Amino acid sequence: MIAIINYGMGNLGSMNNMFKRIGVKASIESQLGRIEQAEKLVLPGVGSFDAAMNRLNAITGLRDLLEDKVMNEKIPILGVCLGMQILTSASEEGRQPGLGWIKGEAKRFPRHDTLKVPHMGWNIASRESASLLTKNIGNESRYYFVHSYYVRVDNQSHSIMRTHYGFGFDSAIGNKNIYGVQFHPEKSHRFGMQILKNFSEI
Amino acid sequence: MLRTRVIPTLLLRGESLVKTVRFGKFTYVGDPANTVRIFNELEVDELIFLDISASKEGREPNFKVLEDIANECFMPLGYGGGISSLRHAQTILEIGFEKIAINTQSFVNKELITEIADVYGSQAVIASIDVKTGFFGKPSVRSLGGKLNKKYDPVVWAKEVESLGAGEILLTCIDREGTWNGFDLEIVKSVTEAVSIPVIAHGGAGSIEHLRQVVKKANASAVALGSMVVFQKKGMGVLVNFPDREVLEEVLS
Repeated sequence: MIAIINYGMGNLGSMNNMFKRIGVKASIESQLGRIEQAEKLVLPGVGSFDAAMNRLNAITGLRDLLEDKVMNEKIPILGVCLGMQILTSASEEGRQPGLGWIKGEAKRFPRHDTLKVPHMGWNIASRESASLLTKNIGNESRYYFVHSYYVRVDNQSHSIMRTHYGFGFDSAIGNKNIYGVQFHPEKSHRFGMQILKNFSEI
Repeated sequence: MLRTRVIPTLLLRGESLVKTVRFGKFTYVGDPANTVRIFNELEVDELIFLDISASKEGREPNFKVLEDIANECFMPLGYGGGISSLRHAQTILEIGFEKIAINTQSFVNKELITEIADVYGSQAVIASIDVKTGFFGKPSVRSLGGKLNKKYDPVVWAKEVESLGAGEILLTCIDREGTWNGFDLEIVKSVTEAVSIPVIAHGGAGSIEHLRQVVKKANASAVALGSMVVFQKKGMGVLVNFPDREVLEEVLS
């Protein structure tokens, strides 16, 4: 079973709908006992970096449980959007440290004459390194993005896909059992469906 | 690079989808769940639903219909119509929509846009602005489905909603809506020049050339399509369709 972690940050209904559509057992969970039984985790997130970290830290036992599941038990986890950014070490958006599971940082898109912030809409993600997450995915797949901060990982081998918006940034990242996507797979038609299907098969 | 979003904008009236001309003359288009299933198969960029009778009837959004829609759609979804509280917004976002459009209520309760943006982020709030050109050729903002003249210049109101926290503007030119006659480039341009948030141009699309004009000449960030995606041609029957993606990319990029 895949647990979609409900820590009060974002839109979980559509993620659940897409897993249902592809016939994968998933459920939205906020209770530690249920999260503990999960075979895989999805860490969603919409909002600000500090708000997300504060919420994770405020739920007694959640942070320890996640550390244990991900770092010791090594079950696969997929961070989505802000959920991917908090997998990294830090963000220019906040003061709280991130989970630090993938070394890197989220930075603000610079002000630009013609490029609006947030980066909102459909954009292409090109494969950077081989990963189970991108199995059966063409090199020019498009995904739906909404974000004002972008991630740069420290170790280039942790970049799975990159996207261009004024410059290149890491739109899918991975380090062993830990994965993150900046875009919204649950809102990205068959392209996003394939990503979630791949994740469910890891 | 980012593609220009082309967004079918569908009108709900009760439990049916309809299409209007200048906010009147309703034509039945179909059942929402069936219609969106087709748009999902066509892999459209995004969908916006506007319940055009909710505010007029003073009622809440029809959450059941929205749930049916969200279960069928794997693309970004926006909804407007009858949203008068943070609780409404919350319910709709939990159903699986990501954008809330506010129009009539932004005049009744100016804080609503700010409240929703503070909790869910600006990207979750679309300020929907309906504009009608008056007798002397001066455009003004309308609420309640075009009924009430709010006497605001669209540029002034657009700046106001941006400062309240809206992340996007859906700009509808009532005089063009459903006419297939092309966008009002002058009104769209005046608004895109005044704000830095994305503007979705709505009202008048009848050909790919119209889309090109409003993006290239009036700097619209996105385009909303009504009649073009639910009718075969002007004056002809219902046919859910979407322009060829390669053509769109060539013309809009």
